[in-house]
Amino acid sequence: MDTRALNNEKVIVVDKLTKRFGDFVATDAISFDVYKGEIFGFLGANGAGKTTAMKMLCGLLTPSSGTAVVAGFDIHKQAQELKWNIGYMGQKFSLYDDLTIIENIRYYAGIYNLSNQQISDKSEGLITRLGLQKEAKKLVGQLPTGWKQKVAFSVALLHEPRIVFLDEPTGGVDPITRRQFWDMIYESAEKGTTIFITTHYMDEAEYCDRVSIMVDGKIEALDKPAELRRLYEAESMDEVFYQLARRAKRSE
Amino acid sequence: MRQFITFVKKEFAHILRDKKTLLILFGMPISQILIFGFALTNEVKNVKIAIVDRARDEQSRRLISKIDASKYFEVKKILGNAVQVDNELKKGTIKMAVIFPANFSSDLAHYNTSQVQIVLDGSDPNTANTIKNYITAIVTDHQRQQQSNVPALYQIIPEVRMLYNPQLLDAPNFVPGVMALVLMLVCVMMTAVSIVKEKEMGNMEILLVSPIKPGMVILTKTFPYLVLSLVNLTIILLLSIFVLKLPVNGSLVLLFAESILFIITCLTLGIFISVKTSSQEVAMLISLMGMLIPTILFSGFMFPIENMPYPLQMISNIIPSKWYYIIVKSIMIKGLGFSAIWKETLVLATITSVLLAVSLKSFKIRLE
Repeated sequence: MDTRALNNEKVIVVDKLTKRFGDFVATDAISFDVYKGEIFGFLGANGAGKTTAMKMLCGLLTPSSGTAVVAGFDIHKQAQELKWNIGYMGQKFSLYDDLTIIENIRYYAGIYNLSNQQISDKSEGLITRLGLQKEAKKLVGQLPTGWKQKVAFSVALLHEPRIVFLDEPTGGVDPITRRQFWDMIYESAEKGTTIFITTHYMDEAEYCDRVSIMVDGKIEALDKPAELRRLYEAESMDEVFYQLARRAKRSE
Repeated sequence: MRQFITFVKKEFAHILRDKKTLLILFGMPISQILIFGFALTNEVKNVKIAIVDRARDEQSRRLISKIDASKYFEVKKILGNAVQVDNELKKGTIKMAVIFPANFSSDLAHYNTSQVQIVLDGSDPNTANTIKNYITAIVTDHQRQQQSNVPALYQIIPEVRMLYNPQLLDAPNFVPGVMALVLMLVCVMMTAVSIVKEKEMGNMEILLVSPIKPGMVILTKTFPYLVLSLVNLTIILLLSIFVLKLPVNGSLVLLFAESILFIITCLTLGIFISVKTSSQEVAMLISLMGMLIPTILFSGFMFPIENMPYPLQMISNIIPSKWYYIIVKSIMIKGLGFSAIWKETLVLATITSVLLAVSLKSFKIRLE
């Protein structure tokens, strides 16, 4: 999908980022840049070191060596400031089933210290945009998965983060809902939010502006999906991934 | 502050919307107090007994009416012989039989001594023992009354006074025990389960990525349970004062202050368990097995610690509820002030600080 012009303002700059757990090198001196408004696919087999890398970029893990600047903040020294400027959505969607949609929104908005005025404006806007006026006072537990996913994504964007990290956000969701979800992703990327996404679905990898593939803690490939296919003489991203992942020596 | 309020609101919503949690939270203290107060008691009242009176004279009748008049016994049957006694005991209609020999009064008159046979159902040794003590006391008392007409050469009469609990009621002992038990359950189990639940549902991930500080997470997760525990404590005290007629002899402020200390101990334990486990079931099991059972065994409220083998007595020293139980008993029943319980408070405070340091540390490590 090369329809969107890429901005050249870097929002993530990673330089030889390494994390060791004892003798085990989970992430081995990876370096890459991500641009503003880009949809960056972060792929790799289980155990390749994706999660560790992502945790470091979110300020949850301290790197053993190397540096990374995320949203303008050094992950070593400014982890706290960094956290105000990023959003996160995990594979479990992280909404509370026993709270209503509106309560969930208010709760997450409260965590980011939004003012009461902001909270009511934003929650109203969000509910209207998703067309959930009728369901706003229903418990999240009663919603279908697809809706939960949309609400969770919108909640992750509530505090207008510069970058949003999506950790396998489409697991267990049907193809139509997944397609709709990607529409939402495009929409926010167009507004300038950088999307950093991990996925195991290779068709989704095709939707990304650029894709990196990690094998055994190193980034083995990083380019536009079309370039990668050409480089590996593959018909699909699936094949590219397979060729690279096969080289992996370690497994989970 | 906004973060704190948002969090606490959400936490209360979780608790108040879950009927099961509510039931455990408020049903448990009430039912425990009532069960321990009325059903489970070591006191024996209105024991059904039978009398075999072969003497049928004034002396035997006087003793029988004295026995019947006491609140401990109720003469259910007057039987003719020992075989009938045996049958009734087997059927369980009576627990004891008192058999007067034919020559009861004449023996007394001629030899200054006589015998009464007491037959007891020994299949329940505790009750049998208690009944035996009561009947012996009644007979002795009766004997003393008879002798008071004739001055004895010399007599030693032990004057027994049971301090603090003069009627030897069970309630004063178990109310502090139930308090320790309920606080332990509410604070340890519920805190552990609620934190583990956030982990299980993936909500903890969001909190970790958010700018919220770990200390704030812990504070907001535990604060609602502190409030609820204090509500619970108040319910227990009200029940014990108004339903069980057990007043608080010491200072209420001191009692609540010490309780808050114990609640913090329990909350800390809850956090510790939640850090070490990753499923709600495991957290609940560890809380029950690891906290509740030691509380029942080692707090001294069910089983006297003095009678335990030395190693177990040592173990009991690291059980926080033991110290809390001693403190509450001292304040509620003996009416003592802080000067009398500062040592126990110090021990409890030390255990709490150690636990707090360990849990906070492991909570941080978990975040890394």
